[in-house]
Amino acid sequence: MNAQKNAPDIGVVGMLRWGWRQLTTMRAALILLLVLALAAIPGSLLPQRIQDPGAVSTFIEENGALGNFLDAVQLFDVYTSVWFSAVYILLMVSLVGCIIPRARQHYRAMRQDPPLAPRRLTRMSAYSTTPLSDGSTTRAPDDLLDEAQSALKKAGYRMVRTDDHIAAERGYLKETGNLVFHVSILVTVIIMALGGLFGYYGQRVLVEGETFSHSLVSYDSFEPGTYFDASELPEFRLTLDSLETRFDDQAEGAQFGQPRRFDAQVTLDTPDGSERFLLRPNEPVRVDGARVYLIGNGYAPVVTTRDADGNVTYSGPVVFLPQDGVYTSTGVLKVPDANPDQLGFGGVLLPTAGNNDQGELVSTFAELRNPLLVMDVYTGDLGLDTGVPQSVYQLETDDLARLVDTDGSDFQLVMRPGDTATLPDGHGTVTFEEIRKYAALDVHHDPVQVWMLPFMLLLFGGLALSLFVPRRRVWVRVSGDDVEIAGLARGEDPRVDEAVAELTQVLALESVEPGTASPDSDTAQNRTGK
Amino acid sequence: MDVNVALAQWSNLLIYSAMAVYAVAFIIYAFDLFGPAFAGEIPQAGSKARLKAGSDARSDARSKVSASARRGGTGSSTATAVLDGGSDGAGSDSAAGADAGSGAASKTPDLRRWARAGTALTVLAGLLHVAAIVTRTLAVMRVPWSNMMEYALIASAMVTVGYLVLLAVRDVRYLGTFVTFSVLLTLGLCITVFHTPAAQIIPALNNYWIWIHVPIAILSTVLLYLSAIIAIVQMLRSRSESKPWRGPLRFINMLPRSKELEKISYRLAAVGFVTWTFTLVAGAFWAEIAWGRYWGWDSKEIWTFVVWVVYAAYLHARATRGWTANRVAVLNLVGIATVLFNFSVVNLYFNGLHAYSGV
Repeated sequence: MNAQKNAPDIGVVGMLRWGWRQLTTMRAALILLLVLALAAIPGSLLPQRIQDPGAVSTFIEENGALGNFLDAVQLFDVYTSVWFSAVYILLMVSLVGCIIPRARQHYRAMRQDPPLAPRRLTRMSAYSTTPLSDGSTTRAPDDLLDEAQSALKKAGYRMVRTDDHIAAERGYLKETGNLVFHVSILVTVIIMALGGLFGYYGQRVLVEGETFSHSLVSYDSFEPGTYFDASELPEFRLTLDSLETRFDDQAEGAQFGQPRRFDAQVTLDTPDGSERFLLRPNEPVRVDGARVYLIGNGYAPVVTTRDADGNVTYSGPVVFLPQDGVYTSTGVLKVPDANPDQLGFGGVLLPTAGNNDQGELVSTFAELRNPLLVMDVYTGDLGLDTGVPQSVYQLETDDLARLVDTDGSDFQLVMRPGDTATLPDGHGTVTFEEIRKYAALDVHHDPVQVWMLPFMLLLFGGLALSLFVPRRRVWVRVSGDDVEIAGLARGEDPRVDEAVAELTQVLALESVEPGTASPDSDTAQNRTGK
Repeated sequence: MDVNVALAQWSNLLIYSAMAVYAVAFIIYAFDLFGPAFAGEIPQAGSKARLKAGSDARSDARSKVSASARRGGTGSSTATAVLDGGSDGAGSDSAAGADAGSGAASKTPDLRRWARAGTALTVLAGLLHVAAIVTRTLAVMRVPWSNMMEYALIASAMVTVGYLVLLAVRDVRYLGTFVTFSVLLTLGLCITVFHTPAAQIIPALNNYWIWIHVPIAILSTVLLYLSAIIAIVQMLRSRSESKPWRGPLRFINMLPRSKELEKISYRLAAVGFVTWTFTLVAGAFWAEIAWGRYWGWDSKEIWTFVVWVVYAAYLHARATRGWTANRVAVLNLVGIATVLFNFSVVNLYFNGLHAYSGV
C-alpha cells in the first residue's frame, strides 16, 4: 500500500537522480564537449557584436529577414547567447558533479592502504616469477620481502605488508593532477565572468599634440561592466607627443607596404608626477590598474574654413579612417557655423597619391610621400539639431545638396598641404594646413585578471601530471618456492611491464649471484600467465 | 629593415632542391611499401609454428620482453635480438625486417634496400630543408616564424627531423611514404599559395612572446598531425586483423598491430594536447599585452578553442567505456581536421586580429 502511494514521489526524485547521474557520466561530458566545440563555430563565420557591431548591423541590413532571424537566435552574440551559455553551464555542472565524488574517493584512497593482492595474481597484465632458492642458496621470504619493500620505496610506491606479500601503489599524483586541472578550469571560467562584471573598456582617438584627461566624458566609447563604479577611474592625463609610423618600401610582393614600426611618444601625468613613455604595439602603458594600448593609427588633415568675410568657422584636425593597407582614408568634416549655409565635407585622403594601371588616382603607399586630399562639398542642413545622435565619421546627406561649380558640374576640392581653395557661391575658403597623425587608444581594466596567472599554472601542471604520471599497483608475493611479482596499470601506463621486469631482476639478482653486474634475463624466469 | 635578397633567393632554391629530393624519397619509399618486404609472400625461415603464430607473434616481437614472452615461446629470443639491434641508431636497418613484421626478413635485409635508400634521401632532403630555413633566417635576421610560409616550412622540417629521430629508436619506415609525401605537399604550398617574400616583421608580432607562443604552436601541429597519420594507419590495420587486405593495401597486414599503433597515436596526441594547451594559454598572455584582453573570441581564438575542446573530447572518449579504438580514432581525425582548418581557412579567409598569414 505504502509503496504504491509513494511510487510517484520516488518517480520524480528518481528521475532527478537519474538525470544527475547521466549528466555526471563521462559520456555526458564527452557529448557536451563536442556540442561546445560545434556551438563555438558560428561565432567565427558570422560577424559578432563583441568584435564589430558595425559589421553586424551592415550584415542584418544586407540580409533582411535572414539577418533578423539570425539576430533573433543570437547568432551575432554567440558567446553570450542562451544556447552557448546553456552548453557550458551544463558542462560545468557535469564537471562539478564529477569532481566532488572523485575528490572524496581520492581523499579516501590516499588515506587507505593499497588493496591487498587478489588470490590469483596471474590474471594481472604484467606478471612474472623468480624462484626463492637456486640450488645453493635459499632465501628467507621475509628477507626477500624486505628487499622488495626497499626497492619499491625507492621507486615512490606506497605499500602495505602482510605475512606473505606486499601490496604497493604509486601515481596518486595522477588523480591529484586530474582534479587540480578540472578545478582550475572551473575557476578560470569564473574569473572570466567576474572580469566582465567589474572591469571596463574604453576607446579614444588622440591626435598628435592632444591630451586625454581620463574621465568618462573624454572617451569616444566606453563599456563598463555591470558592477563597475565610475568613481574608481584612475586619475591621469595622457598626451600624444608624437607618433612615428614606418612601412616597408623594400620588400617584394605582399610584404611591400607592410607596417614595420608604430612608436608613440606619450607623456603621462598622474598625481604623482609626469613621466614619458614609448607606447607601441605589445607594450601598453600601465597606470593604476588601467592599461593603455596603441591599437590603431591614421592621418588627420588639419583644415581651416573661413566664411566670405574671412572669419574662421572651423579649424582643427579631422580624423580620417584608413580603409586599407595603403591608408586610403575617408573622413567627414561638419561645419555647422559656416555662412551662409552649413557646410559638410566628405573626402578621401591619399597619403601617397599615384596612378594605378588603369590610370585611376589611388594611394600607392601608406606613408605621407605625396599626400592628396579630395573632398566633395555639401551645403544645407547638417541635421545636428534634430537631437538624433550622429556619427562623426558619416554625413547625413538627406537635407544636404552637392555644391555646384560655376560651370554647373559638381564641385570637388583637390588639395595638397598648404593649399587654399575658394568655394563657389560665396561659401568662403578652405585651407588644408597640414597632416597630423593620430593614435587609436584602448583603455582596459580587469581587476580579477591577476588571478588568472596562478590558475593557469595550476591548470597546466595538473594537466601534465594527469596525463603523464603512470598510476600502477604492484604486488610481490611469496607463494611456495616462488616469488610472484605482478603489476596492474590504472589508466595509461606504457611502463608497467618494464616495471615488473625490473623488479623481478632486482629480486633475482641480489640473492642469486651478488657479484654479477647485469642479470641475464634467463635468471628471472618469465612464464606464461596460466 | 634591410633584407639580404641573395640569401633569400638561395633559400628558395634550397626549398626547390629539398622538394626534388623529397619527391624521389617518396617514390622510393613507396616502392618499399608496395614491394616484397610488405607483401607477406616471403618464405619464412622459421618453423611452421612461427608461421602459424603469424601476425600475433610478429607484432609483439617489437614490444617488451616479458610481454612477448608471455604470448609465445618461440618468438621471445628473436624479439630480444631485435630489441638489442634496434636500440642503437645504425641498427634500425637490421631491425627493419622484424619490425615490419617477419622475423625472417631480418636475415634477408636486402628486402628493405628501397627503404634504406628512401631514408638516406630523406636525410639529404632534411638537410636541404633545414638549410633553406637557416638561409631564410639569415636573410631577414629575425625570428624565423612570422608568417604562414615560415610556419609551414618549420613545421614540415620538424616532421622530417622527428621522423628521423624516431627511426633511431624504432623502425617506423613504413611511415616514410606518408611523411615524405606530407612534407613535399607542405613545401609545395609554401612556395606557391603561402609564398611570402623575405621581409621584416610587423610591429604586432615584434615581441618576445613570438619566441614562446608560435614554436609551441608549430610543435603541437606536428605532434597532432603525426598522431592523426598513425590513427589512420591504425584504423586500416584494425580492419586487416579480421580480414587481411589484398591488393595495394596489403602492406597494412604487415604493420604493427592496431593496439600498438593506437598507443603511439594516443601518446602523441596527449603530448600534443598539453602543448596545444600551452599554446592557448601563452596566446592568452600575449593577447593581454597586445590587445588588452586575454580572451576576446577572435576567429583564431575561436578555432584554437574548438581544437582544444575536440582533443579534450578525444581524451575523454578514450577513457569512456564502450568507445572502440576506431571510434576514438575518428575523433582524432576530427581533431586534425580542425587544426588544419585553423591553419589554412582561418588564416587565409577569416577576418580577425590574427591576420599574419603574410599572403
